[in-house]
Amino acid sequence: MTGPAVSATVIDAGVGNIGNLVRALRHLGAEVGITCDPAAIRSARCLVLPGVGAFRPPRERLRGAPEEAIRTALERGACLLGICIGYQLLFDSSEEFGTTDGLGLLGGRVTELPGGVPLPHIGWNRVFGVAEHPLLEGSTEDDHYYFVHSFAPEGVPEESVLGRCRHGRSFPAITSHGRVAGTQFHPEKSGAAGLRLLRNYLAWAHELEGGDGATPTGD
Amino acid sequence: MRATIEPTGLTRRIIPCLDVAAGRVVKGVQFKNLTDHGDPTEAAARYAAEGADEIVFLDITAAPERRDTDLDWVRRTAEQVFIPLSVGGGVRSVDDGRRLLLAGADKLGINTAAVAEPELLTRLAERFGSQCVVLSVDAKRRDDTAGEDPGWEVVTHGGRTPTGLDALEWILEGIQRGAGEILLTSIDSDGTKEGYDLELLRRASALSPVPVIASGGAGTLEHLGDALDTGAAAVLAASIFHQSTYSVGAVKEYLDRRYPIRIA
Repeated sequence: MTGPAVSATVIDAGVGNIGNLVRALRHLGAEVGITCDPAAIRSARCLVLPGVGAFRPPRERLRGAPEEAIRTALERGACLLGICIGYQLLFDSSEEFGTTDGLGLLGGRVTELPGGVPLPHIGWNRVFGVAEHPLLEGSTEDDHYYFVHSFAPEGVPEESVLGRCRHGRSFPAITSHGRVAGTQFHPEKSGAAGLRLLRNYLAWAHELEGGDGATPTGD
Repeated sequence: MRATIEPTGLTRRIIPCLDVAAGRVVKGVQFKNLTDHGDPTEAAARYAAEGADEIVFLDITAAPERRDTDLDWVRRTAEQVFIPLSVGGGVRSVDDGRRLLLAGADKLGINTAAVAEPELLTRLAERFGSQCVVLSVDAKRRDDTAGEDPGWEVVTHGGRTPTGLDALEWILEGIQRGAGEILLTSIDSDGTKEGYDLELLRRASALSPVPVIASGGAGTLEHLGDALDTGAAAVLAASIFHQSTYSVGAVKEYLDRRYPIRIA
């Protein structure tokens, strides 16, 4: 790899298998740290918050010092990408098993997808209404991503929504506000389109311009 | 042209299946006369680049020989292939499942062990979530002696062992116990390239609330379309891909006219 190394700090909230996310980030040339230590989170520049399963266990794991460390890192100019449950954790609240407060970094609340379609929503679905954003550099209206979930955000300010998906209802599949972003789908399982989004995120968090030899590697 | 009023944009999946024996891709007719088809990681990477929506690995030697699934090729594949990977064969406990998921599998295929111990499906689903648990059912048509619908029997150990279970009843029980997906293989059709068992697929898709993956018998593009017509969520094929009869891309281009398909 030429140019400066990129790093990614994966916040391990203790639930689910994060191995394939770590493998994808390494494949793109990132040096990956895995931690829930507040000091490591505070000093990170490029944070990734993954999650699978239910909302509440990782929410409780982050409550207190790790959550404060995330806020401090963001104040210091870090970027944060939430994935799947990690994405849902970024919003104001979730209604999975009663109402639980989220991190409140993105506006909106997480609700169950309506019936009439198979749940969980598992498989490849199209993301449409794609906004102009560094994360979505090179993406098109025909890009599909891999989803595994039953809940999704709603009531999200329109200016924060970078792309939508349809399953029972239309929901924000990619959302960003400031240096906080998230995807309901799994970019690490979404083939070339997903790797491109992760590569864009690494470049965005490190304030790299595309194509100058300093971008992360991988196909 | 894309329909904009569909309640979902979910696509039908095209899944190459790699039968693995001793760390090599193999294929035979009705699980016999196995021939070598190369390295699993290389094959999976090639199919992913062509646009495969998922890769299913079946370690077909694991159950009869009762050895642990060799995990090195799973790790190597997960480091290079970034689409969902399903691995079946040799999962007999929650611990077996955990090792496979840590090696990089996204889904666990359970076949023989579930027949022997149906509670395993529940334990795996409770520990890892139903989305991880794929019940793999090998079904064989019963002899039509009484003149009425004989149905299909579940067979295990690569088709060698009859179980007495009715395939459709077993599918329903498996879903109730926690399976999130059904990989349904017709043992009569497998490897013949004469088409899927469409009646089996139609009956299974009609009763299953979870996705049914059609398997066994793909030989032509029409066969794959016929299988999706039964309501199957995905079509699995091996020979036509390994022998380069069709690329995954060519299959998707053909099916894209009739079904929502992800064109990578």
